[in-house]
Amino acid sequence: MEVGRLPISASLRGKLITAGYTTFASLSSLSHSDLARDLKIPESEALEILKAASLDCGLDKPDKSNVIVNGAQTAWEMLHEEQSFPRITTSSSDLDNILGGGINCKEVTEIGGLPGIGKTQMGIQLAVNVQIPVDLGGLGGKAVYVDTEGSFMVERALQIAKASIVEMSNYTELLKKKNRVCQVDIQPTDILDNIFYFRICTYTEQIALINYLDKFILEHKDVKIVIVDSVTFHFRQDFEDLGLRTRLLGGMALKLMNLAKKYNLAVVIFNQATTKYVEGSFQLSLALGDSWSHCCTNRVILHWNGDERNAYLDKSPSLRSASAPFSVTSEGIRNSASNHKRIKLMLKLCL
Amino acid sequence: MANKLINQMGLPKSIANVFTARNITTAKEALSLTEFELMEVLDVNLAEVSSAIARISEITCPPYQTVLSLMEQQVQKEHNGGHLSTRLKGLDDALCGGIPFGVLTELVGPAGIGKTQFCLKLALLASLPEAYGGLDGRVIYIDVESKFSSRRMIEIGSKSFPEIFHKKGMAQEMAGRILVMRPTSLSEFTESLQQLKISLLQNQVKLLIIDSMAALVAGEQGQGAPRQHLLGWHISFIKSLAEFSRIPIVVTNQVRSQTRDEACQYSFQVQNREKALHEHAEYDSHLVAALGIHWAHAVTIRLVLDSKSGKRFIKLAKSPISPPLAFAFSITSSGISLLSDGGIELTGPEINTIHCQGHSDVINFDGKRFQ
Repeated sequence: MEVGRLPISASLRGKLITAGYTTFASLSSLSHSDLARDLKIPESEALEILKAASLDCGLDKPDKSNVIVNGAQTAWEMLHEEQSFPRITTSSSDLDNILGGGINCKEVTEIGGLPGIGKTQMGIQLAVNVQIPVDLGGLGGKAVYVDTEGSFMVERALQIAKASIVEMSNYTELLKKKNRVCQVDIQPTDILDNIFYFRICTYTEQIALINYLDKFILEHKDVKIVIVDSVTFHFRQDFEDLGLRTRLLGGMALKLMNLAKKYNLAVVIFNQATTKYVEGSFQLSLALGDSWSHCCTNRVILHWNGDERNAYLDKSPSLRSASAPFSVTSEGIRNSASNHKRIKLMLKLCL
Repeated sequence: MANKLINQMGLPKSIANVFTARNITTAKEALSLTEFELMEVLDVNLAEVSSAIARISEITCPPYQTVLSLMEQQVQKEHNGGHLSTRLKGLDDALCGGIPFGVLTELVGPAGIGKTQFCLKLALLASLPEAYGGLDGRVIYIDVESKFSSRRMIEIGSKSFPEIFHKKGMAQEMAGRILVMRPTSLSEFTESLQQLKISLLQNQVKLLIIDSMAALVAGEQGQGAPRQHLLGWHISFIKSLAEFSRIPIVVTNQVRSQTRDEACQYSFQVQNREKALHEHAEYDSHLVAALGIHWAHAVTIRLVLDSKSGKRFIKLAKSPISPPLAFAFSITSSGISLLSDGGIELTGPEINTIHCQGHSDVINFDGKRFQ
């Protein structure tokens, strides 16, 4: 009997047991005035019992901080956790750099831009890159691709998968030269088999899916990224009640964040661009309004800068705003051509 | 899926009855409320609401597929890997076989550039028998501006496929497969679309062409921004029609002038604004596609047709499967043909700009040249 271990007088202990309190769990949610009333003892004694019980609980666990507030984690533990999880590369090292190494797990990242800038391309590239084996520095996970616009094209996914395998074999060759052996025996069809594709046609289905993902990921524990392309499409038309729209979007964002934290996966959502009247002129901004812009942890805006595609990190809790060029090639997302030669040279120097 | 009835979802009787009693009958109504609101409306505790919502969500959610099985269904089983060949080799190669099934392809360009000519040829190609590379099916041509010319189409057919069209009765059969509809208003168009959904599969319709989308809203009330919202439902409907029946849908769009105030930069780019405005004035293009940014997001493939320095170009402005190529083309008696199979790769946003040449070469016609 747990309460037997408490450093309190025998008569108090006897009263506790007679009243039915035999474990610490039964005492944990009680206030000292309730306990005093129940046992018919003065409040000060009740307070002593509870203090003793909480101390005892604390000694059993390696760190006492959990006892102060249930479910909390110390910042130190969080730092360790963050550092131990690899990030998902975007295949463009410049872009990875401004993102602090890649797309982070446990967080929701929003990526938005004009049509044709490369959002779907980025989505497909991430769905392939999450599958990079752990030996090569990846997560070795699977992907869930939620398509609301019908912009996902299988032919393109195959192209990117094939190019990714070529890159992986090149990298294994490099590692072999440094006497680090690892076998990569993946076929493009294997990569396609690890992407779970959902096609959503209405906003109701979108909400239903995000509710259902909890159960789905429980059954498919190796899913490490959820991509929603795009979150805007069904919410942008015939919504007379904008208040309802804001509530539904807020609810969805919260559920996605919970999903990311609970299962330790990355959530990437795509948004579209719209025009906004600001300071006397029209400007481009991301759709769904101001309240939505608070919902996501990170925000990246893809835009044209002259002739190059650029990604601008607009919002991040730990990284500063920066811009990086990238390009969309037949192999997927890569560094922009002007930086290519520089990278090749650096690689040669490293080895 | 959204209108699934709650009482048919297999929820425990007690909670199903509560939903009905409070007049929440469809999945859409239940999922539009947050869990706390439901607790209040239904007067049950959170645990029951959560499990009911989880069950409703699971049933309303569409089933998943791995991308591999998608590929096996589409690329390996459908005609030409799920593409309608345009017979323009360069374009077909860039599009992995041709106009893809199941998505919206848009043709946008200034007046008289050749959009309708392209559509006529596609309609013909889809009606041809499979032995000749066609889809062997019916074509529905929604002709809003009354531009469809059967005579021109037969001319294209006889010049491009003489072996078929000179056979007796073939021209009649091919032309007989193309159904032309001429809606005079947006509401008529809406009605026809809804009827189409039912009859598409039954009647083996293999291609839907809408020429043009912009003309449908041109006559409706409202200017500027509200005009685009009129098409909100249609956009979703047409896209789901394309995917559900796995047919290609080709839509033409018009161009309009760009106003000086047109948004082209984000707020973080504002410091370069002055410079951009100055550059803007130097562009020789002041045309943009009509129907706005929402439409631009909704189409999967956008082919821009324009003319520059006397030549006409067809450009792959937006395509998830192709590099940004521009092909020079000309219009002949057998329809559109590319001047060369190799495309010019255009980097940057230039692929999206629509150039238009004025009529000065016609107006200042120099009769002397012909003497």
